[in-house]
Amino acid sequence: MKTLNKFVWGMAGILAAFTIYSCKPSGPSEAITGDAASKAYVAPGKYDEFYNIVSGGFNGQIGVYGIPSGRLFKIIPVFATFPENGYGYSEESKPMLNTANGFVPWDDLHHISLSTTNGEHDGRWAFANGNNTPRVARIDLKTFKTVEILELPNSGGNHSSPYITENTEYVVASTRFSVPIGDNTDVPISSFKKNFKGTVSFIKVDTSGHMNIAFQLVTPGVSFDLARAGKGPSHGWFFFSTYNTEQAYTLLEVNASQKDKDFIMAVNWKKAEEYLKQGKGKTVKSKYAHNVLNESTHMSSSEILEEVMQLDPAELKDIVYFIPCPKSPHGCDVDPSGEYIVGSGKLAALIPVFSFSKLQKAIADKSFEGDFAGIPVVKYESALYGEVQKPGLGPLHTEFDANGNAYTSMFVSSEIVKWNVKELKVLDRAPTYYSIGHLCVPGGPTKKPHGKYVIAYNKITKDRYLPTGPELTQSAQLYDISGEKMKLILDFPTTGEPHYAEAIPAELLMPKSQKIYRLEDNKHPYAALGEGKTKVERKGNEVHVYMTAIRSHLTPDNIEGIKQGDDVYFHVTNLEQDWDVPHGFAIKGANNAEILIMPGETQTLKWKADRVGVFPFYCTDFCSALHQEMQGYARVSAPNNNVEIKYSTGKIEDQITGAGQ
Amino acid sequence: MKKLFPVVMLLAMLAACGNEKPKDQNSSNGSDEYEVAETPKKVDEGKGIGEIKEVTLNTPLEQDRIGRGLAIYEMKCAACHKLDDQRVVGPGWKGVTQRRKPEWIMNMITNVDVMLDQDAEAQKLLELCLTRMPNQNVSVGDSRDILEFMRQNDGEK
Repeated sequence: MKTLNKFVWGMAGILAAFTIYSCKPSGPSEAITGDAASKAYVAPGKYDEFYNIVSGGFNGQIGVYGIPSGRLFKIIPVFATFPENGYGYSEESKPMLNTANGFVPWDDLHHISLSTTNGEHDGRWAFANGNNTPRVARIDLKTFKTVEILELPNSGGNHSSPYITENTEYVVASTRFSVPIGDNTDVPISSFKKNFKGTVSFIKVDTSGHMNIAFQLVTPGVSFDLARAGKGPSHGWFFFSTYNTEQAYTLLEVNASQKDKDFIMAVNWKKAEEYLKQGKGKTVKSKYAHNVLNESTHMSSSEILEEVMQLDPAELKDIVYFIPCPKSPHGCDVDPSGEYIVGSGKLAALIPVFSFSKLQKAIADKSFEGDFAGIPVVKYESALYGEVQKPGLGPLHTEFDANGNAYTSMFVSSEIVKWNVKELKVLDRAPTYYSIGHLCVPGGPTKKPHGKYVIAYNKITKDRYLPTGPELTQSAQLYDISGEKMKLILDFPTTGEPHYAEAIPAELLMPKSQKIYRLEDNKHPYAALGEGKTKVERKGNEVHVYMTAIRSHLTPDNIEGIKQGDDVYFHVTNLEQDWDVPHGFAIKGANNAEILIMPGETQTLKWKADRVGVFPFYCTDFCSALHQEMQGYARVSAPNNNVEIKYSTGKIEDQITGAGQ
Repeated sequence: MKKLFPVVMLLAMLAACGNEKPKDQNSSNGSDEYEVAETPKKVDEGKGIGEIKEVTLNTPLEQDRIGRGLAIYEMKCAACHKLDDQRVVGPGWKGVTQRRKPEWIMNMITNVDVMLDQDAEAQKLLELCLTRMPNQNVSVGDSRDILEFMRQNDGEK
């Protein structure tokens, strides 16, 4: 709902009044078939066939589900703090959420891209975009952890992201909101046309996954919506959908819906690379954060970068072309062959399919209808392969199977429409419940779709689940596409609001899933690698506790000598080396919540000792039969009470001669 | 000893239940290829269960092994095992090389889950300590170094 122009609701009413769609869903009962349950059933103890990596929208997280069962395995915190594992609370993870605007604890995560090699899933990383405070994150698929976050300068909102090139050479990030950039940003809003610019960042990804902004294209002020890289013959090009080519700055639902056609922007990024090599880029001052998790120290760090390279495609010819596309296009999807580019005009009553080879010829022949702010606009017919007529209402996104078919989500008419790419013919329709946004075919955006299922991610679930007050669950729906007709086989609830998702075969991730952090590789500066290494040290008014956890005790578990006003850092090393044995750590009154420590990992909880007393701490993750005994005490003394630092585990003292008496 | 037997049997049965794999093979969706083969039961000659069948001990002790073994002990074992005969979480190590065959010790270190489920001696220790010894991800080579350190701890030269 949140990303969609409310105007579509108006359009829905108008169009519905004039058009009757024979396949329009009339109710939930008609969609389900007899053997559905067995197709989605994964017996207890069995594994799913696919991982489904699903964006969480406004929860800033990623959900990991099994397909076909729809079971939720994990929530990966990315742009939001996460009480379950201390992400954004532990000292090690706080820097991950740093930005040029300081610590941002919550963002809006919309899209997923799984890394590819030669256009096929390689199972290395997932990328995700932060929409509000513009960022791109990289998640390591060995640990299912966010390992890097890069902020985007000169961007008003990173919606058109994080789409990737065939070999994960680049991740793109383009602004949804054009904004004034550069030295003078204090300008009247009404000077949009003159002062507002769009930017498209090309983030280079090196072989270890590390990201840096190679260059930004500065474009006329429009809104970028979604994008896809070319592949195969179109490798070297990137395609972006745009809206608000009207350049409106108020009441966009009306004023940005005036033109019959907006644009798909085609970018020749290999050409941009050439200009960059020739030194045609301009270095511009901009502040943005680059946050990286060091997997051997278990600590993240944040660096504020000061410069970014920009290219101006109005000056540097042959990088950027506009292709007219009806009407406020949302999805911009490239088929597995790389030849066809599908624009989904969310207000259009047809789906245009563009041809990459025709586009190349049109550019060579200069078959242009004019220019837009100095950038050539290719004639619609010269780039068009053909149109799918009357596909449904409100086409948003398209995914592909391996048999030349496309699956387009129809938001307004709440359905998935299957059509043949070459023949441009509608083959089947399946209702969704309700208001589908994104959809996913396993491998759908790659050169080799795995097919078998299409998953719908719906915005509204009214009447599908037991009600839970005003806020209802979001949902996904699974359809079997192995036959000619799509068959609904499962509904399952999702966390947050799912936008885009990808699905990848289990065998690509499962064998390399990391089980533990090896103690031998733990380079955390405050790690206690063995119980003999535990200690408590005072540095001014900081107290550092080098603590270990193993079933079923914490060492040290008696700590004295902390003074009121001290900042106490509990650096807890989990000495376990077995899979699935995390320990937790909590201490009474911690304003900074709790932490969870994986086997072999070190994590730090900062605790302000703001009052005098004895404070219990304990393990919060049920670890063994004696978990309840896994506890200890920290004593905080008044500043004038002369208690020395002292710590132990298992030491019984004389009750009367206890310290400080 | 006789009194322990029913308890040990009960533990073994519980462990067996935990190990049981789902019998239902009807699902066409779930994939089977990731299942781990069940470890076959081994005849116990006091050597325990696992890949260590025969260990050759040398005299004098191998000093480089002792140093490495001590380092691993401090990192991965010392939280639960003391070097004297005092039991904390697990038994103290004093005398362990006289009580157990070297193969048993190394199998216990490297194959602890199977040992606790199937080896009668290991199960008696579990009954005594009530905390399952964790798998500390120790390689066979490292367990040999630990064994050498244990021999030194027991006074061998």
